[in-house]
Amino acid sequence: MKNSPVKTIVAIGVGAALFFVLGRFVSIPSPVPNTNIATQYGLLAFMAVMFGPVAGVLIGLIGHALIDFSYGWGIWWSWVIASGVFGLLVGLVSSRVKVAEGEFGKKDILVFNLAQIVAHVVAWIVVAPVLDILMYAEPANKAFLQGVVGGASNIVTTAIIGTLLCVAYAATKPKKGSLKEEE
Amino acid sequence: MTNIFNYIDRPSPIHRLTGATKLVCLLLWSLAAMTTYDTRFLAVLPVISIVLFRISKIRIRDVSFMLGFTAVFMVLNNVLIFLFSPQHGVGIYGTKHVLLSLGGNYVLTKEQLFYHLNLVLKYLSTIPIVLLFVCTTNPSEFAASLNRIGVKYTIAYSVALALRYIPDIQREYHEISQAQQARGVEMSKKQSLFKRLKSAGAILIPLVLSSMDRIEVISNAMELRGFGKNKKRTWYMGRKFRRADILCMAFCALLFALALILNAANGGRYWNPFISIR
Repeated sequence: MKNSPVKTIVAIGVGAALFFVLGRFVSIPSPVPNTNIATQYGLLAFMAVMFGPVAGVLIGLIGHALIDFSYGWGIWWSWVIASGVFGLLVGLVSSRVKVAEGEFGKKDILVFNLAQIVAHVVAWIVVAPVLDILMYAEPANKAFLQGVVGGASNIVTTAIIGTLLCVAYAATKPKKGSLKEEE
Repeated sequence: MTNIFNYIDRPSPIHRLTGATKLVCLLLWSLAAMTTYDTRFLAVLPVISIVLFRISKIRIRDVSFMLGFTAVFMVLNNVLIFLFSPQHGVGIYGTKHVLLSLGGNYVLTKEQLFYHLNLVLKYLSTIPIVLLFVCTTNPSEFAASLNRIGVKYTIAYSVALALRYIPDIQREYHEISQAQQARGVEMSKKQSLFKRLKSAGAILIPLVLSSMDRIEVISNAMELRGFGKNKKRTWYMGRKFRRADILCMAFCALLFALALILNAANGGRYWNPFISIR
């Protein structure tokens, strides 16, 4: 099933709105004081797998930029770009994982989670700190530690929430070839 | 709840600029503030932004909440940087003037304080201008502006859709969350972390599934009206550039050029007063 371009555009819009609402208002207090667990990356991974890499990049970029705008602290470009990179990388496996066709078995769960782990590692432990250092001249050890902590917590939340979303969505779709002719 | 972007409609010359102008200015300004660490340049930008605030008739009271938020973030970031790398300034400026020894690697140096000053100035020169943009630009005009500066209209339209559906999705999230809480789903600190994540799932799944239906309905409606058929599109909120618009963009372009020139003149991104002292 190929998505029409119009559908992708709408998915980007609604996806970015969801990303914004989750990032801005749905915060789960974590054991570490003053840090919240970001639920929006589970959603971003799900949307990227559903609608492909282009949608992934743009949902990440637009959603994250809007969050930064609404807080008014200026756009922290390095992290906005990292969100986009995460969406892109997860989107790359969208042709292998067919959630939209109602298939999300053990193998797909594995592929999905491998992709999200790799994507988080690249986004938060490579892209975000390197850009922080280049753009804002932050000390390297601080930038990388922030990246590692953020990346690790994002991997856990995406593994739980992203997988849950994919399983739930796949269950609502009839499987391909699930109808048989009566004999 | 509906006005999350804090747009404040007041008659002022800055409100009268087109959204595209303000967006271009914002981008050029933040690029200028981002490229250079020249303290003299960074000290001038906040002064200009205070003047701009005056012109725009936005009062400090209107943005105090956002300013407070940012202040906390700024202090936290500075403290973290000092904790992790107390000698960062020494590394950048190449000299070491010790003011105070705090034991171990923790030495307070002039260079470190100067680096922190630059960091604070950097916040002060970018944040007010973003606030100003947010307060004086009508969100409905934002998408039209994006298209105006060369972003493909389909993508600009995605941004418009996002802005349009944020309040709807926010309301729906709230309703689902209350319904689930009435059924005993808990997300507070009393629950274990894993349970909290699971309860977040109990709210997210209905929200996302209904959003997928929403995507279907909206894209069908748009397709039926022939969206995406033509290469170009006009905008209800689009406006023509006037002289003031062009002047503002030219000024911001000048700022960016100045930042680049300073970088070249300083032989790097940092303006180093310590070398000349020596």
